[in-house]
Amino acid sequence: MLRDYAPILVLLALIAAFAFGNVLLSDLLERKRKSVGKSEAYESGMQPVGTARIRLSIHFYLVAVLFILFDVESIFLIPWAVAARELAAQGVGGLVFLEVLIFAIVLGAGLTYVWRRGGLDWER
Amino acid sequence: MPDVLVWLMKAGAIFGILLGTAAYLTLAERKVSAWIQYRYGPNRVGPWGLFQPFADLIKFIFKEEVAPAGANPLMFRLAPFLSAIPAMLTVAVIPFGPEVRIGEVATNLSIVDLDVGALYLLAFSGLAVYGPILGGWASNSKYSLLGGLRASAQMVSYELTLILCLLAVVTLSGTLDLREIVTSQAERGVWNVFVQPVAFVLFVVATFAETNRHPFDFAECEPELVGGFHTEYSAMRFALFFLGEYCAMIVMAGLTTTLFLGGFGIPFVEDPHWVLGFLAFMTKTAMFLFLFLWVRWTLPRFRFDQLMGLGWKVFLPVALVNLFLTGAVVSLLG
Repeated sequence: MLRDYAPILVLLALIAAFAFGNVLLSDLLERKRKSVGKSEAYESGMQPVGTARIRLSIHFYLVAVLFILFDVESIFLIPWAVAARELAAQGVGGLVFLEVLIFAIVLGAGLTYVWRRGGLDWER
Repeated sequence: MPDVLVWLMKAGAIFGILLGTAAYLTLAERKVSAWIQYRYGPNRVGPWGLFQPFADLIKFIFKEEVAPAGANPLMFRLAPFLSAIPAMLTVAVIPFGPEVRIGEVATNLSIVDLDVGALYLLAFSGLAVYGPILGGWASNSKYSLLGGLRASAQMVSYELTLILCLLAVVTLSGTLDLREIVTSQAERGVWNVFVQPVAFVLFVVATFAETNRHPFDFAECEPELVGGFHTEYSAMRFALFFLGEYCAMIVMAGLTTTLFLGGFGIPFVEDPHWVLGFLAFMTKTAMFLFLFLWVRWTLPRFRFDQLMGLGWKVFLPVALVNLFLTGAVVSLLG
């Protein structure tokens, strides 16, 4: 079983060798010349103002939370999607579909709720 | 021949194909943009600019790497790897061609055929979100931070559409194994693009957003954010970000081919030679890659709120309805 995944490790080794090898080569061959100007953050040629460690817009947090909710719900659909054809062949397709439909209605209700509360509007 | 040697040869060949395609995609991008804008494009390094990618690589290696003073050193160094390595790992499950026979050895032309191939691909392309957001935050630059945030927000939003469209195809084929999805299309004698046109269109558009490509490239839109999350990066670490993005494009194009265009199958030809199958796969993938470039130099950029609105208010509901209609047909009619 786990042996099936072994070729991925081979690929990972190749990729890591390529990525780290090239960066290492670059670190060895580059020519370091430090200066104050170079180590400033780029701000269109002006002196950087303030810090970049600023508070984030709440929208991004909201999007992340919504993603987690819907992502988990879509994961519940995966087993059904794989089995749908076989269930239909066994004659229980309609019944299982009804159950999944109830789940989908809950999911849709959640989406409608978020939508109507303005959770999907970027600007308010 | 021992298994390990076969794995190493396949992984090496496919990783080589991936890197070569990515390198020449950068040249193609510049050539295509030049044609669209009535210019020549790179034509100095080698005939027709063909050695340009090698010149770029040498330049990337010899460039000085500059890190901003306030950057978080560990995260700043780590982020390009977190972006590039998962993007390149996703290629493992893409079926490039049918069974290959060389002498005694017979093996499928993909690094590995997993039962949960589609799930593996989604998982690793989801991991690629960490690179942009950590790189953007660690740079201690406002442009980078904004770019990183936008990148992660749009990648997670469109991932939902991607999953739901993929599930519509999975419902038809009854498997998550990408190779079996290809063979099931051949058995039914019709490509999924004709059975699932809605899922196909949504999927292709979602791959544009997922790979941060134009017209959804808010993570690095030059007029507002300079370079976005990689503004402060230089030398080989910048190249890794770039390579990760191009590899993600290639894998997504390959995935679209596999799911909707019959993968390595050729219409009306049964059991083609593996070289022909491989060429068919590459041709279809190249078509999608050209679409990426064509769209970039033709369409104007969206606005960020339009992108998020499109993802959540149009794509997600439509993809859900499409999945359940497909499910209803499969469940009730068999």
